[in-house]
Amino acid sequence: MASQQREISVSEFFTKNRHLLGFDSPTKALLTTIKEAVDNSLDACEEAGILPDLEVAIEPAGGDRFRVVVTDNGPGILKGQIPKIFGKLLYGSKFHRLRQSRGQQGIGISAAGMYGQLTTGKPIVIESRTSKRRPAHRYELVIDTRKNEPVVKKDTTVDWSAAHGTRVEIELEGVYRGGRHGVETYLRQTVLANPHVEIAFRPPGTTEADEPVLFQRASKVLPVEAHEIQPHPYGVEIGLLLRMLKETRATTLKSFFQTEFSRVGPTLARRIAEGSGLTSRTSPRRVSPERAELLLAVIRKSRIPAPPMDCLSPIGEERLLESLEEQVAAEYYDAVTRSPAVYRGNPFQVEVGLAYGGELGADDLATVCRFANRVPLLYQQGACALTKAVLQTNWRSYGTQQSRGALPSGPLLLMVHIASVWVPFTSESKESVAGYDEIIKELKLALQHVGRKLGAHLKRAAKARDSERKRQYIEKYIPHIGIALREILDLSERQEERVVRTLTGTLERSRKM
Amino acid sequence: MAKKKKAAKRVATQSTRSSTGTTPRKTRAKKATSKKKAARDAPRKAAVKKGNKKRSPRAGKGTQPPVPGAWKVIQRISTEAESVRKKILAKRTPTMQFPVRSLSNVVYRPTSGFFEMKGRTKERTLTVGTVKTFAQTLRMMAFSKELVESDDIATKREAYYVSKNWQECRFNEQPESDTVMEDVEALFGVNREQLGFIPEEKGGDVAGELVVVDHDRETGEELRIDCTRFGSGAYSIPISVEQLRFETKARFILAIETAGMFQRLVKHAYWRSANCILVSLGGVPTRACRRFIRRLADAKKLPVYVFVDGDPYGYSNIYRTLKVGSGNAAHMNEFFCVPQARFLGVTPQDIEEYDLPTHPLKDVDIKRAKDALKNDPFVRHHKAWQKALQLQIKMGVRVEQQALAKHGLNYVIDEYLPRKMANTGAFLP
Repeated sequence: MASQQREISVSEFFTKNRHLLGFDSPTKALLTTIKEAVDNSLDACEEAGILPDLEVAIEPAGGDRFRVVVTDNGPGILKGQIPKIFGKLLYGSKFHRLRQSRGQQGIGISAAGMYGQLTTGKPIVIESRTSKRRPAHRYELVIDTRKNEPVVKKDTTVDWSAAHGTRVEIELEGVYRGGRHGVETYLRQTVLANPHVEIAFRPPGTTEADEPVLFQRASKVLPVEAHEIQPHPYGVEIGLLLRMLKETRATTLKSFFQTEFSRVGPTLARRIAEGSGLTSRTSPRRVSPERAELLLAVIRKSRIPAPPMDCLSPIGEERLLESLEEQVAAEYYDAVTRSPAVYRGNPFQVEVGLAYGGELGADDLATVCRFANRVPLLYQQGACALTKAVLQTNWRSYGTQQSRGALPSGPLLLMVHIASVWVPFTSESKESVAGYDEIIKELKLALQHVGRKLGAHLKRAAKARDSERKRQYIEKYIPHIGIALREILDLSERQEERVVRTLTGTLERSRKM
Repeated sequence: MAKKKKAAKRVATQSTRSSTGTTPRKTRAKKATSKKKAARDAPRKAAVKKGNKKRSPRAGKGTQPPVPGAWKVIQRISTEAESVRKKILAKRTPTMQFPVRSLSNVVYRPTSGFFEMKGRTKERTLTVGTVKTFAQTLRMMAFSKELVESDDIATKREAYYVSKNWQECRFNEQPESDTVMEDVEALFGVNREQLGFIPEEKGGDVAGELVVVDHDRETGEELRIDCTRFGSGAYSIPISVEQLRFETKARFILAIETAGMFQRLVKHAYWRSANCILVSLGGVPTRACRRFIRRLADAKKLPVYVFVDGDPYGYSNIYRTLKVGSGNAAHMNEFFCVPQARFLGVTPQDIEEYDLPTHPLKDVDIKRAKDALKNDPFVRHHKAWQKALQLQIKMGVRVEQQALAKHGLNYVIDEYLPRKMANTGAFLP
């Protein structure tokens, strides 16, 4: 028995549990591969302060195989890092930090590569250049699934026209689909939530000569860089607190609270310690679990400012509006970015964009575009807190129709975005957001805010239509008053015209009554 | 919203006014107009001349309708139009004052014997909601002026068709144009004939001990029409009755609601045995019919007895309108009423007394009876009528004139009418 027990490599685990990471169907596998590559490119560009220009191409490679090529104008990757980033699962800069970013576990792109390798046997091809002065490197990588180690098959330099950037090529088995869950929808929504991004898309069946589908940049302003933060006291649970107390380098409770948490100053730190019957100078390591519970109780009773905003980088109301106006042909646009809030000590921020009217389908249900840290969520709409918040909002009171338990109907598009240092996804495939009360509440407040304004707008529009109708009505009948008066009083045409003109003016002014 | 309601109301008043309903109107209108075309100008001219000569139209109160001269009608129309125009040019919203045409604006004085207008007016201000009716009213006035100036006439239905030239201003249904016409009539306090409009309804039928003296339209020759000599037919009351003279030795006039009962009495020459004049009202009596009975009764000092169905419609619509006029055209009631009329039957008491078969009252009947009790100044003045209506509501049944046939077809002639006529003092007021 014992002889059969051995370490399971992460790669091996993945091959058996690919559905956990979003590779459970050929359609989804293709989408997830593109998604991971695009996420990586965008994160890299933004970190380097470069406006991202991406090209995404899907080329048929015979049978049900596709070659996915994602090229960016990012900073490029240092030669030595390339195999680790793309060929080793759980390698990344993101997992250990409390900071808003697209990917979280560093599992994405290497998993995509592994999927490709498993289904086609082809290696991942990576080309990258970091500066004009250096050559572009080209790697062909395979992953040793047993050891979770990259194996470089080929290492060459190639000619690159651009000064810097990265090109990832993965061949995989998949199904290309359009529609709600398709690649094109994903790219369109990506640009919607990232108005500073421009993506040229070459769907399968198009050649180099064809014009790519272009999702245009609406704004040249890069998102504000998100800073790393400490956890906020409100979000800490007893298990985490005990672990932190044990692992901290601080020697007193006071300094423990001050250094390990955000928004705790010396006064508050002392008050927490003393409120639990301890002192500021108690050693964290000597706090018993019972005392730790007391500490938590005191923390919950204290007034602590919200965590710092700078760990979050929302899209922002202005950018949202610019983006909606660029991407959606509607009549009315609105956006709101809520102030940051906290769930379980994790700061998060909710944003809602709304477009109404125009070319949006008037008879359909509303379109809800969900985003987590600027990444579109296409699957599991029903299970997602973002959808639930939309459903729980009473849209009927805002002048739109809504059947019981359904999305509102009408020419309505909603963008719902949650930005957080740690978005609580319901699964590792990152398809839907868990419904924490704090999150639902913030979402609903944001939705109600744009809803109220939409209601006011619709009322105004209806009023304008009404008064236009009245104006036409008046204009229809006033000439007859002119005719009748001319006939009775033998007026000249000029006199008749003067009557009609004066009366029209008088009535238009008095129309509000 | 408000417009819709108004339209519905109009239709309602229309249907209560004409007992024959709307469907047969078209054929009737055709007949009426062709008849009138032949006999068009003479009576109108006569009427106008008379008015001019008299100068004071109200002098013959109760005996002559006011007949303002054509020039005066034109002047009134022009004055009204000028005041509208002045207000428009002064950048004020024009208004017109119309007398309220409903029972709420009439008062019943037994001394004068008819519904008199109380003088309440409604101001129609030109607003978004009223601009269509306002325009239609003015166009109707313009059309009326044209008619009077050219000494022409139009039936109510013709006026409705003329409006079809007014594009968006046209009337969709005749009740709409009738209402506007009646508004204009009331606005100027004149009879519609003075505005050039004539009704197309039949005036009513007459048979019995009466000679009507009329004139040939072309030769002016005197015509003596003997109403005993129509056999099984009857003399038709013309639209305008002012020129008629009467010769009779009859003892009374009997006004009958239904043509069926009229036919029976004619067929068996009841008028001869009772020495009376029979008039068929045909539902709610037309103005011409009311005026005819009034002139005849006044001239020959005859009592008028009314014999209608025993239901709230017969009481408060047919009988009351004949006797004291309507709330709708109250400005003309003075001339189109028969204050000497008395109610012969069928009364609610008759149902028991003569053991008559009945029908249950419909909701609309009960509503009409209650409405009369509450709002009709005539009913409210006469305790006897209140009692009769209350009794009817309590009994919950109505009875038709022809129900008397239960006791034999000629029971009405042999029994009912003689018994009734033996005690005219007991007739309802």
